[in-house]
Amino acid sequence: MGEHISMTVNGTTRELDVEPRRLLVQVLREDLDLTGTHVGCDTSQCGACTVHVDGKAVKSCTMLAVQADGSAVTTIEGMAEAGDGGALHPLQTAFWEKHGLQCGFCTPGMIMTAADLLSRNADPSDEEIRHALEGNICRCTGYQNIVAAVRAAAVAMADGATAGETAGAGVGA
Amino acid sequence: MTDLLDAPSSPLGKPIKRTEDPRFITGEGRYVDDIKLQSTAHMAILRSPYAHANIRSIDTSAARAMPGVLAVYVGADIPYNPMPMAWPAGGSAGIQNNVSTPRTLATDSVKWTGEGVAAVVAETEDQAFDALEVIAVDWEPLPAVVDAEKALADGAPQLHENAPNNVVFEWNVGDKAGTDAAVDGAEVVVRQRIVNQRLIPNPMEVRGNIGWYNPGTDEYTIWMSSQTPHIQRLLLAAFVMGIPEHKIRCISPDVGGAFGTKIFCYPDYALVLFASKNLGGRPVKWIEQRRESYGSTIHGRDHITYLEIAGKRDGEVTGLRVKTLANLGGRLSTIGPGIPTTLYARVLSGCYKIPNVYAEVTGVYTNTAFVDAYRGAGRPEATYVIERAMDLFAAEIGMDRAELRRRNFIQPDQFPYENPSGLGTASGGAKIYIDSGNYEPAMDKALGIVGYADLAAKKAEALARGKRLGLGFSTYIEVCGVAPSKWIGAVGEGWGAAMWESSNIKIHLTGKVVVTMGTQPQGQGHETTYAQVVADQLGVPMEDVIVQHSDTQGTPFGYGSYGSRTSSVGMTAAVKAAQKVKAKAARYAAHMLEANVEDIEIDGAEYRVKGSPDKKKTIQEIAFALDLAFDAPEGMEPYLDETAYYDTPNCTWPFGTHIAVVEIDDETGHVDLVRYVAVDDVGKKINPMIVDGQLHGGIAQGVGQALWEEAIYSDEGQLLSGSMLDYALPRASWFPHIELDETVTPSPVNPLGVKGVGEAGAIASTAAVANAVMDALGDLGIRHLDMPYTSQKVWSAIQSAKGGQS
Repeated sequence: MGEHISMTVNGTTRELDVEPRRLLVQVLREDLDLTGTHVGCDTSQCGACTVHVDGKAVKSCTMLAVQADGSAVTTIEGMAEAGDGGALHPLQTAFWEKHGLQCGFCTPGMIMTAADLLSRNADPSDEEIRHALEGNICRCTGYQNIVAAVRAAAVAMADGATAGETAGAGVGA
Repeated sequence: MTDLLDAPSSPLGKPIKRTEDPRFITGEGRYVDDIKLQSTAHMAILRSPYAHANIRSIDTSAARAMPGVLAVYVGADIPYNPMPMAWPAGGSAGIQNNVSTPRTLATDSVKWTGEGVAAVVAETEDQAFDALEVIAVDWEPLPAVVDAEKALADGAPQLHENAPNNVVFEWNVGDKAGTDAAVDGAEVVVRQRIVNQRLIPNPMEVRGNIGWYNPGTDEYTIWMSSQTPHIQRLLLAAFVMGIPEHKIRCISPDVGGAFGTKIFCYPDYALVLFASKNLGGRPVKWIEQRRESYGSTIHGRDHITYLEIAGKRDGEVTGLRVKTLANLGGRLSTIGPGIPTTLYARVLSGCYKIPNVYAEVTGVYTNTAFVDAYRGAGRPEATYVIERAMDLFAAEIGMDRAELRRRNFIQPDQFPYENPSGLGTASGGAKIYIDSGNYEPAMDKALGIVGYADLAAKKAEALARGKRLGLGFSTYIEVCGVAPSKWIGAVGEGWGAAMWESSNIKIHLTGKVVVTMGTQPQGQGHETTYAQVVADQLGVPMEDVIVQHSDTQGTPFGYGSYGSRTSSVGMTAAVKAAQKVKAKAARYAAHMLEANVEDIEIDGAEYRVKGSPDKKKTIQEIAFALDLAFDAPEGMEPYLDETAYYDTPNCTWPFGTHIAVVEIDDETGHVDLVRYVAVDDVGKKINPMIVDGQLHGGIAQGVGQALWEEAIYSDEGQLLSGSMLDYALPRASWFPHIELDETVTPSPVNPLGVKGVGEAGAIASTAAVANAVMDALGDLGIRHLDMPYTSQKVWSAIQSAKGGQS
């Protein structure tokens, strides 16, 4: 009863048989065990499930898995360099350093949306960041440190930071 | 941070990055729905579509025949008791509590849309939902009432036989005769009806659980998204299921926000445990849908209040008389009645020295979701009443609002201060009083930051742009760090049990310091802050302090995290445990170093012999030796492992001044929050970065109430704001940059000098924004509008005031 699909997920090709009614987020979480992509609502409002499909931010609760056939999908698990202790993406580093998260539930979606923004606008103003995050809800932080984190990541990336150059962050200020 | 032993500066008070964050920023957090147990079955719950109805019958035969369905349950299948009512109102004579709480599944009737009536367990979640669709309930719809005033009116639909006129309780506090005399004989009395609207808390992670019954041991394990795993074990075992407490293990893994919603004992906990046992021990997982969460997880606030504030034309406030109707929903949540009584009316006079205060509170049943503690829990409601009242009084006598506040502040030399709404008198033997504070410096600092002296000029400048500028104050205090057991355990005053906290510290043979506790994080960074406290106490590097929590098996009993209590109560228990560890380490160091224990001096992690600085051992060397215990002297127990229980002697009393500045578009009524200044005094800060984050988030939630958020039921009891499309959760672009500052008055009640900060922002900010909007509209003669200040509401008010069409 499943449709056969093929996706590249975080750089690895995955062949799957999926029920046509199943959402991309369900397949990521349940079939591929990529539970970093979260489900926070059922109306496509909260953005906790945001992933990249062919390089663009997409709410994976709003897309059928079969629609991703042939696509390249990146989830939060694919943002840091591969391997144990792989270097963090500059956005991950910035969210950590700027206290851009509290409970952490919205964080993967926030990072994915912010990465999409920075790919289109390398030097966004605070106002542009706030606008870009319109589709991602956070209930813990009041957004202030999320905005600061995205700004900090933009600066770091402008200075040439990549996932490979933000390694070694340990505990402590 | 480098090795503390080399650079012996304490981690306490530093903005140290959170140790829990790496897993969250990489997608490796583990929330309940991320946990997969072998052979897990999935549950879905059928919810009532009616706000008030009798259940004539339920036909589950078609559902049972659906693919993958393992079981279908209705209320009659489940032998458990109703959910417990842990905190009835009380404290004064003659209080009657007419209690009705939910059952695991409703049996005969439903009292709100969203009450659970049947459950399906299937091989997959989709199959469970499919089967819900074919359950046939024969309903007998009944008239519904959703508004507390209408519910009390003659002829209103009656919800419960044991609650005539839908009254849960009638409660009062303070000196009625004295307050009547003060108010009725005053030079100036200002009266206002104000509504503190119902809110839906909306943590980003909904609730969910996995129940697993082990037939081999006859024991239950539940993974739950909870703020209170130990309390849930107690309540489920002793009150709901009627089994010994040791038969249940509660594990609360990473919790994706809570804000009060995850304190309580919900029917679905019992349901997954029942189902797992019924299915012979298959794990049963239930994850709430967001639309389900809107109707079936607790709501907050929902007060209608008639306030009267009285005083003299010179600005002396002499009396406050308040009557509040608290809408508690169709059945009671675990501590619902405690919120609008003890946690509300006992702090109504805020930071002001008002000699006469009297409050009457009526708890009311309506056909709505149950109402319980939401961030601040009673204290935002109280702050809203007193701060609106102060502004209304200032307007009436023509006094500057800041000056009125200054005139009535409790002064630094007046602490300890027992307020007249009975904190001290109804405390069941504990001495509850406002122990410290210094309110003027915080207010003056905020006034300076915001540029209060230039307000008139700013208003004129804005008006020239078609904007009405308003500035609003909230000079708040909160009672938090809950709470002395003598107070909160007193019959009627609290929840009839204790509220101490616990911590265990052990130093493994391999050198790591492992800290466990009874509190439970939901995003506050406890893994970091507990480590800062214990590293400071023991002088070891933070990296060597491992914080473990959230499992009733492996942590000492504790009452959980809410009421801004973890730092002041929970971390004090950790300090006490560390002191015990140090005392034992000193005794063993004396043995190792062949000295008297009196001659051992402790410097960070080093235990030295006085006068012989070369004779020393580190605490981890001592632990290694004592954990092995080959050479332990007679009478000394092996292992460095100590537990402390701490019952706080008083609550803590954060305070501060928040100032909001809004601009209202005169043409559209749109309210724009343009500045927000907060000067908070939360005592000493274990981690100022985390403190700021707590304030940001709390402020945002409080602003949300003032400007956007409102739970709305139709007259028939349908939740019209029942999704994220319909309930206005604040977005990033709706806020300005929040400007924080501080004063620091250490709490005298605990050795860390901390007060707690989880709720302060939410307690203060709603009133500040409301007062700002009313200030902006004051020139039009508009005295009061109820929240939220939507464009439509404000535009209509402006049009009415201008004499136009509204």
